[in-house]
Amino acid sequence: MQNKNLNHRDTKSPRFNFLSIFAFSWFTRSLLWLAPILFLLIFFFQPLVRIITLAFSTSAFTEANFQLIVSTLGFTFYQATLSTILTFILGIPSAILFARFNFKGKSLLRALTAVPFMLPTVVVAAAFNSLIGNHGLFSSSFIPHPSSFSLILTAHVFYNTTIVIRIVGNALARLDPKLEAAARSLGADTFHVWKNITLPLLRPSLFAAALLVFMFDFTSFGVILLLGGSNFSTLEVEIYLRVLKLPNLPLAALLSIVQLIFTLIFSILYTRTINQVTTQTAPRFSLANKPKTIKEKIFVTTLCILLSAFFILPLISLPIRSLTRLEADRGQRGEVQYGFTTDYYQELFINRRGSLFYVPPIQAAANSLGYASLTVFLSLALGYPAAYALSKPTRLEKFLDPLIMLPLGASAVMLGLGFIISFGRSLASPWFIPIAHTLVALPFVIRTLQPALASIPERLRESASMLGASPFRVWQTVDFPIISRATLSAATFAFTVSLGEFGATLLLTRPEYPTIPIAIQRFLSQPGGLNFGQAMAMATLLMLLTTLAILVIEKLRLSNSGEF
Amino acid sequence: MLEVRDIFKTYDNKPLLRGISFSVSQGETICLLGASGSGKSTLLRMIAGLEFPESGQLLFNQIDLAQTPPHLRDFGLVFQDYGLFPHLNIFDNIAFGLKMRNISSAQINARVAEMMDLVNLQGFETRKVTDLSGGEQQRVALARALAPSPRLLMFDEPLGALDKSLKEDLLNQLRVILHKTKIPAIYVTHDQDEAFTIADRILFLHDGEIVRAGTPDEVWKNPISVHAAHMLGEGNIVEGRMQNAEGTRSVMNVETSFGMFHVICDHKHSKGESISLLLKQSEEGMDEIQLTVEDVLFNRDQFEVKTKSGLVIQMKDAPKIGQVIKVKVQVQCLT
Repeated sequence: MQNKNLNHRDTKSPRFNFLSIFAFSWFTRSLLWLAPILFLLIFFFQPLVRIITLAFSTSAFTEANFQLIVSTLGFTFYQATLSTILTFILGIPSAILFARFNFKGKSLLRALTAVPFMLPTVVVAAAFNSLIGNHGLFSSSFIPHPSSFSLILTAHVFYNTTIVIRIVGNALARLDPKLEAAARSLGADTFHVWKNITLPLLRPSLFAAALLVFMFDFTSFGVILLLGGSNFSTLEVEIYLRVLKLPNLPLAALLSIVQLIFTLIFSILYTRTINQVTTQTAPRFSLANKPKTIKEKIFVTTLCILLSAFFILPLISLPIRSLTRLEADRGQRGEVQYGFTTDYYQELFINRRGSLFYVPPIQAAANSLGYASLTVFLSLALGYPAAYALSKPTRLEKFLDPLIMLPLGASAVMLGLGFIISFGRSLASPWFIPIAHTLVALPFVIRTLQPALASIPERLRESASMLGASPFRVWQTVDFPIISRATLSAATFAFTVSLGEFGATLLLTRPEYPTIPIAIQRFLSQPGGLNFGQAMAMATLLMLLTTLAILVIEKLRLSNSGEF
Repeated sequence: MLEVRDIFKTYDNKPLLRGISFSVSQGETICLLGASGSGKSTLLRMIAGLEFPESGQLLFNQIDLAQTPPHLRDFGLVFQDYGLFPHLNIFDNIAFGLKMRNISSAQINARVAEMMDLVNLQGFETRKVTDLSGGEQQRVALARALAPSPRLLMFDEPLGALDKSLKEDLLNQLRVILHKTKIPAIYVTHDQDEAFTIADRILFLHDGEIVRAGTPDEVWKNPISVHAAHMLGEGNIVEGRMQNAEGTRSVMNVETSFGMFHVICDHKHSKGESISLLLKQSEEGMDEIQLTVEDVLFNRDQFEVKTKSGLVIQMKDAPKIGQVIKVKVQVQCLT
C-alpha cells in the first residue's frame, strides 16, 4: 500500500523545469507555434501560393513558354547528369581510398575534401576563376582555356565529391569484411566479389549518393551563373533571367513550379534510399589497411596527390590571385606593375565615382555582417519555440514537422521570386534579405536545436533537484550547458548560411545595400583587371569568414555529434 | 594433406605468431585452442589466403600455396557471425560457391537440395537470411561452405554466438557431418568443451606458439605446458625449486611450500632451477598435502574449498572455515 502511494506521489511530483510548465497547457503550447507558423505562412506559403496561382494563369501557358521549359529542363538534366557522372568518376575511387586504406594524413585529406561543401557558391566560383578562368593564375597562351561549361562541371565535382566519399565510403567501410572473405573462400575472384557481393550491397548507398549529387547539380545556381554567365540556362538561371533580365514573371513562376516538383521527387526518392543504407551490419574491425602491393601503393599515392591538388589548388590560388596583378586595369595606361599588390584590398575601401556601387565596396562586408546577425537573431527566435515543441511532439505536432522543413525543397531563387510577386512594392526595404536568409537557415537551426533539447532526460533534472538544486540551478546546471552548445552551433550555422546566400539575395538586393556575394558577382561581371582583382579580394574575405565559422561549428560538434 | 611450416607473423610490430608448425591429414579434425588475441583467427585467414605470413610455408598435398589466391584454394571457411550474404536468399547463399565454379544449374539445384537435407533446412530455400535464427544461420553457413566439396574446412569460433544447448546440438551434428564427408577440418575456438567434443587433435596456442599438442585424452591427462594447464583450469599450479638434476626421465626432488615432491620430468632441468608443478586432486595420488580452509563455496554436487595457500580443491562435504584438511594429489611436472 505504501509502495503504491509512493509511486503515486512520484508521478504527480512537480517538474522543475521552466519550460515544461508549457507542456501541460494545450493553449500555451500552441502559443509556442504561433511565431514560427505565422512567419512561414507569410513568408513562405503565401509567396508559394502566389507563385502557383501565377504559374497556372493563362499567360503562363503559351507554346513558346513550353518550348523554353522543355529545352531548359533538357539542359538542366544534361549538365546535372554529366556532373554526377564526373563526380562519381572521382568519388568512387576516393570512397575506396578512404574506406579501405590507411595512410598518413588520411583524416586531414578527408576533411579537406569536405571543405568545399561548406563554402558559399560564390567563393567556389571565384576560386575556379582565380585558378583556370580567363584571368586566372594558369591562364596563359600556352594552355588552351577550359570552356565555361567544363569549368562549371569541374566546380560541381569539386563541390559534391565529398557526398560520394561520405555516403558510399561509409557504406563500404561498414560492409562486413567477412562477406568478402566468405565469397573468396567459396571461389569468387576479385571481379566476382565486386559483382556479386560488394556492388549489390552498396547499391542503396550508390543510388542515394547519386540522387543527392544529382539534386545539388540540378539546383545549382551560383556556380553556373558566375562561371557560365547567362549562356547556360538551367532552370535556376532561367528563373533568374525571367525575373531580372527579360522579365516574364508567369514564365518564371511556371519554371519554379517545375523545379519544385523535381526537387520534391528527388528528395522523396533520396529519403527512401538513404533509409536502406543504414541497414548494413557494422564490422568488428576496420577493413582499412596500409597499402601493401605495388598496385595498391600506386593507387593510394596517385589518388592522394590528385585529391590534394584538386582540393587545395583552387582554395590557395584565390588568396594568391587576390594579391597578384596579372593584367592592366581597365583604362590604365603606361607602365603596369605586375606581381604582388595589395591594391585590390585597398580599392575596396574607396568609393569611386562611376564604380559599381554608390558606397565603398567594403560596405558590402558590413551589410553582410549586419544581415547575418539579423538572420541569427530571427532564426533563433523562431527556431527555439518550434524546436522545443518538436522535442516532445504531440501527434498533431509531428504532422507540422515536414511543413517546417518544406522550405528546404524550394530553391533560393524561387524564394526570391516569391517575395517579388508577393511584396513587390515594399521590397525596397532591406529587411527582406535577412527574412529570406532566415527561411533558408530555419530548417537547419531547428534540426540542430531539437535533438539537443530532446536529449535532456527528465531524469537528469529530477536527480539534480533531488540533490538539492533549486529550479534555477537545475536549468543552469543541466539544461543550459547542453542547450548553449547547440545554440552556438545553430547560430554559427545561420550566420554562415546568411553570409554565403546568393540566389535569393541576387533577386532581392538593392544597389545601395550589396552583400559580399553580390559584390563578387558584380565585380566578376565587369571587365578589367581591377574589377577581377577586387572580386578575388572579396571572395578571399568571404572564404576566411566562412572557414572561421566552419571551424567553430566543427569544434562544437566534436562533443555534440549529430548528422545534418 | 595440409602442412603448416614455421609460420611467423607480426601485428602492429608485435609478434603474433612465432613459428607455428602442424599438419592436418585426411578426415582429421584439428582444434586450435587459445585465448582471444592469441592469433588463431589470423592463422586461419592465412590458410584461407586472406592474409600472408611474413615467413614460413603453407603446403597442401606437398604443393606450396603461396601463389594460389584464396578463390582457387578450394578451402571452406565458416565464421562466428556466419557471414551470410544479406542480399541473397538461402538457396543463393548455398549455391554461391557452386555458381563460381560454373556448374550447370541442374547440378546446382541437386547439390543445394542435398546440402539442405544434410543440415536439416528443407523448405527454407527462398527465405531471407535475416529471417533465420542464429542456429539456422550457422547451419546455412555450414551448408554453403560444404556445397562446393572443399578440400579443407575451417571454422572460426563457429558457435561462439549461440547459447549452450544449441551449441551442443550443432556440435554433434557437425561431428557427424565431418566424419561422413571425411573432409579435413581446422576448428578454432577458445572454448575447451567444444574442442574436446569435436577434435581428433588439440593444439594449444599461447603467445603465438603451440605450447601443447595431442589427442583430447593425452592433453587432458598430461597438459605438460603451464599455459595448457592454465587453460584447462583443472588442478592447481604451484611453484617449486629443483633439488637435484640427473638427466631426463628420472625421478626429481622438487621443494615447494607444500613439502618435497618426487616427480618425473620429460625435460632436462638443472639444480636450483624454479619449476611449476601441477597438483591434481586424486584418490590414487601418491602425495598428500595439508591445507587450511579459508572459504567454502557451494557448487552443485560438491563444495569448492578455497585454502589459505591459495589452492582450490573440491570436496563432497563442506569443511569448517579454519579447519586443517589433508588432500591426496597427483603431481605432474610442467614446462
